[in-house]
Amino acid sequence: MARMPVQFRLNGSDRAVFAEPTETLLVTIRRGLGDFAPKFGCGQGTCGVCTVLVDGEPRLGCLTLSVTCEGRSIETASGLADGPTLHPLQAAFMEHFAAQCGFCTPGMLMAAKALLDRNPNPTRVEVVEAIAGNICRCTGYEPIIIAILAAAQQRGARRA
Amino acid sequence: MPVNVRIVQGLQEAAEILASDRGAQLLGGGTLLVRAINEGFMTEGTLLRTLDPVLLAMNTGGARVELGAGVTMAMVLANRDLSYLHAPARGIGGPAVRTTATIGGNLFAATPYGDFTTALLALDAVVTLHAGFGGARVMPLEEMLANRARGGVGLVASVGFNRPAGADTFRFLKVARVRPKGVSVLSIAAHLPQNGGRISGARIAYGAMGPAPLRAKAVERVLEGRSLDAATIAAAKTAALEGTQPATDAIASEWYRREVLPVHLGRLLAGETS
Repeated sequence: MARMPVQFRLNGSDRAVFAEPTETLLVTIRRGLGDFAPKFGCGQGTCGVCTVLVDGEPRLGCLTLSVTCEGRSIETASGLADGPTLHPLQAAFMEHFAAQCGFCTPGMLMAAKALLDRNPNPTRVEVVEAIAGNICRCTGYEPIIIAILAAAQQRGARRA
Repeated sequence: MPVNVRIVQGLQEAAEILASDRGAQLLGGGTLLVRAINEGFMTEGTLLRTLDPVLLAMNTGGARVELGAGVTMAMVLANRDLSYLHAPARGIGGPAVRTTATIGGNLFAATPYGDFTTALLALDAVVTLHAGFGGARVMPLEEMLANRARGGVGLVASVGFNRPAGADTFRFLKVARVRPKGVSVLSIAAHLPQNGGRISGARIAYGAMGPAPLRAKAVERVLEGRSLDAATIAAAKTAALEGTQPATDAIASEWYRREVLPVHLGRLLAGETS
């Protein structure tokens, strides 16, 4: 089957690739475009390590076909930092020891960014709900929840 | 021959391809079909993607509700008019699944998935089908689910149902081992319209208690014309298992599902669930 041309924005840069018809966005981003932040975990939509944002909405890269992303804007954890300056979520994850092995971290960060972009002042329950599709086998989730709440607080303080 | 992807503009064209190519399947959000490809269960055939805006249409303001089959769980959750459907929509995966999981896909999700379909079944929903080379036709969801196992149902364009009369008229419960997100042990939806303090036209539906979501008609008969008191709830619990065929899977055994169904039905009817 012929490969299909796909164009989208990845972390603010226009990118054009040829993708197999059933190639997932995760494969295109990693193998085709060399952005290794989103990870391959279960391939079933269960673990959330491949979470990226498509037009600001959280999506699972492993269940999204690249050909369905024509003209969309894709964000991955690689696009969070501004040069040497970490995104508030990244800084909070570091500050609150929210990463151990780090495999889930890119997905957690993007799930959290989707939440804070939509709801800058979430409750703890809303944070738990936002990362409900992301599995972490190291931290027990508590440091991650604390980090996301801290990042929200810091962003709020910066806006005030 | 590997899996092919075809993008078509209109529903009718997609329906005609589905009718003529037994290996073709309609791609909704991809949470079922792309997963099947990833796991090697789907190695050949055609995925059809249609860009017809009809699939994303939502008519929710009036007494009659119409939802396109491509409407996602996130779109349902963002719509205040559909607050009675928020619990079943929120029960579908995490946020990244809900932005892609569609109503149409849920209608074809194998047990123990399909919780949203369970809710639609309790609302007496009908589906608008495009099958083959004819036009659209309307079919009760219950009939479509009965035909589902045989295949060749056609293309579901939309679902329609009457809005529940009151906030407490429609109730939904999903029982899962993992919170807030987990695959169903079972789910129960109850539509309990009342007339003069007595139930009139009750609809009870179960998820994960059979090969597809099913109506609990014995429970509905028990409830009809009675007030929702302790005696009625006890009678409903006694009739709860009639017609069920639960399966044993990684989530729960058939025995366990049978054991806990009456308990959860009783709690739902008594309003004891959160």
